Amino acid sequence: MQNLNFQQVLRYQDEFLHGIVNTLEMTAIAAFFGLLIGVVGAVLVGSGPKPVRILVKAYIELIRNTPPLIQLFVIFFIFPSAGIRLAPFPAACVALSIYFGAYAIEIIRSGLASIPKSQVEAGECLGLTRFEVFRYVVLAPALRNIYPSITSQLILLLLGTSVASQIAAEELFHTATFVESRTFRSFEVYALISAIYVALVVASRVIFAIVGAVAFRWPVRR
Amino acid sequence: MALVEIKNVRKSFGALEVLKDVSLTVEEGEIVTIIGRSGSGKSTLLRCINGLEDIQDGEIRVEGQQVHGQMKKLRELRQKVGIVFQAFNLFPHLTVERNITLAPIRTGRVSKADARALAEKVLAQVGLSEKIDAYPEQLSGGQQQRVAIARCLAMSPDLMLFDEVTSALDPELVGEVLKVMEDMASRGMTMILVTHEMAFARDVATKIVFMHQGRVWEEGPPSELFSSPKTPELKSFIGSNH
Repeated sequence: MQNLNFQQVLRYQDEFLHGIVNTLEMTAIAAFFGLLIGVVGAVLVGSGPKPVRILVKAYIELIRNTPPLIQLFVIFFIFPSAGIRLAPFPAACVALSIYFGAYAIEIIRSGLASIPKSQVEAGECLGLTRFEVFRYVVLAPALRNIYPSITSQLILLLLGTSVASQIAAEELFHTATFVESRTFRSFEVYALISAIYVALVVASRVIFAIVGAVAFRWPVRR
Repeated sequence: MALVEIKNVRKSFGALEVLKDVSLTVEEGEIVTIIGRSGSGKSTLLRCINGLEDIQDGEIRVEGQQVHGQMKKLRELRQKVGIVFQAFNLFPHLTVERNITLAPIRTGRVSKADARALAEKVLAQVGLSEKIDAYPEQLSGGQQQRVAIARCLAMSPDLMLFDEVTSALDPELVGEVLKVMEDMASRGMTMILVTHEMAFARDVATKIVFMHQGRVWEEGPPSELFSSPKTPELKSFIGSNH
């Protein structure tokens, strides 16, 4: 420990910045498509035809019971033999979307289930369509109920992007392995990116708290 | 043609038959009060009238339109039939104004620009103009229920259903809701209500329907029904409510 040397490592600040941007981009893309999968999947599990429901449940079980790294390998190494060839970064985005989507379905489903049936009835009795009831009556209170769990899952997703380094997608962890191989300063490199991950997580939590406070302003009974 | 025609309706929850061959007609302008013990099927009957419950046999028509048919037709029908629930069922995430104007805007009855004026108008009718920007949780139970009534009025319904609307209220809040309902009655609104408020039934209703064990046991004008009940069941029911 007596000869810590961050200077050598910090010479690669452009690479680290590139890694940070890519990590955030990957997180945002996977969050967007994962949430999309989550909403559609939750609705299908709740009210789709039976074969579709079984299919969605099988997907949830498959993803939640296997390591994300394996899922990534399947998409990056096995899909090409089926003709689907993706570069590392898009492959990681696809894998993480599928991974996050499985968790999102379960969380969003619990949110929809938390809304009393009487709210749906009240909406239907006003002549709203089923979609309108979902969109204007159910969605916002359901999102509020699941906001704490969905945001902590998003934090896990942010940290989980580090698996993408295993297929050489250029995110923050990949930058770290690259800089380490150039400088042999393992401790400094991983201490630095740990601090960066902490900073990203803290910043995300602050943003989530602000968004939550703005989006969910209505008073609730405690 | 009667506004509501209920013909030989049967309704079961699993093996339990809760409506056994119920028939009832409601003419325009009538105020029909359904009374009876818990479990007699009165709330279920009310919920069948706007398709919240399906039926196993018979038919229900509102304005000549069959209730238990196509979903699209039912939706059109529901825009003309308001229902107020025991538990208010306001949307907690929307202000009073948005609670009231959501359906009128979505169904194309009012433009977004004119929506606030509509909310102001119906809130004035229930005496809550100053609460237009409040959220439901900031209101008392009585106020919430009056907003729920205003929300129905904004759709200018031809028929209003009331499902034990005062049962969840503190006693001192019941009066303000009943007063709003009396106002509506005096303005000629056709109303069907399930209630335990016997005084209200006696004073405001044009027809009383006594339900017992899933059947319409007795019906008639309140003066007749309350003073000279024909069946021992109604007699004992009235007795137990005094």
